Amino acid sequence: MNTRIPVTSVKQSVVVEAPIERAFRVFTEEFGSFKPPEHNLLAVPIAETVFERRVGGTLYDRGTDGSECRWARVLAYEPPNRVLLSWDISPQWQIETDPGKTSEWEVRFTAETAHRTRVEIEHRNLERHGQGWESERDGVGGDRGWPLYLQRYADLFVHKG
Amino acid sequence: MTVDSAQLAALGDPTRRVIFELIAARPRSVAELTREVTVSQSAVSQHLKVLRESHLVRAEPKGASNVYHIDPAGLGQMRAWLDRFWSKTLSAYKVAVEQPPEESQ
Repeated sequence: MNTRIPVTSVKQSVVVEAPIERAFRVFTEEFGSFKPPEHNLLAVPIAETVFERRVGGTLYDRGTDGSECRWARVLAYEPPNRVLLSWDISPQWQIETDPGKTSEWEVRFTAETAHRTRVEIEHRNLERHGQGWESERDGVGGDRGWPLYLQRYADLFVHKG
Repeated sequence: MTVDSAQLAALGDPTRRVIFELIAARPRSVAELTREVTVSQSAVSQHLKVLRESHLVRAEPKGASNVYHIDPAGLGQMRAWLDRFWSKTLSAYKVAVEQPPEESQ
């Protein structure tokens, strides 16, 4: 763990054996194929995840019953180097409609060689979600709030055995 | 990271998870919680101790007893969740992007 990362950010990176154009294309066009399935605010399984690849577009899940959950907005779209999105999910595991209370995640692609790309994700401004925490807390329903959120968190480990 | 495993362990017990979910729905006292579950008040108190030590709930004195709330320091928990989420996402992404191109069409 890098201890210099502020507590209000999360940083992860990976090096992949692919040219930068392909690395960017797979990340954006096929996001739904590798996103962890427990990331789901819908009441039903996800039929598809759509990444609208333009500034002003959204990233949304469509459920098997046709319901939709738009949980990120595309703030910057700069192929093949960078995308910046909002994270419109509150700590209560609900869609946050106030943009001032959303965090953001940036994905940067850097070519290390012609066939190798470093992909870095920085999810930052997490403290914005904390605003209004006290007042929101008591309004959180039983199965849509923290219990579900933590259940899914716990499930990450359960499935690993 | 030690807090994460403590939280997972704390929620691994079914009764404790029920207690946690009741508190998440709204703040409650030990007596109120005991009425909702099938175990004794002293057992509920023991579960609350574990939840408190895992920073999942906190106690606020109210009169002669405590009222239990979800620990508002949710940032740390959210951060831990996101850390896992992105780590998992990037691992799966690496597999996807390194597939031979003909397989991913």
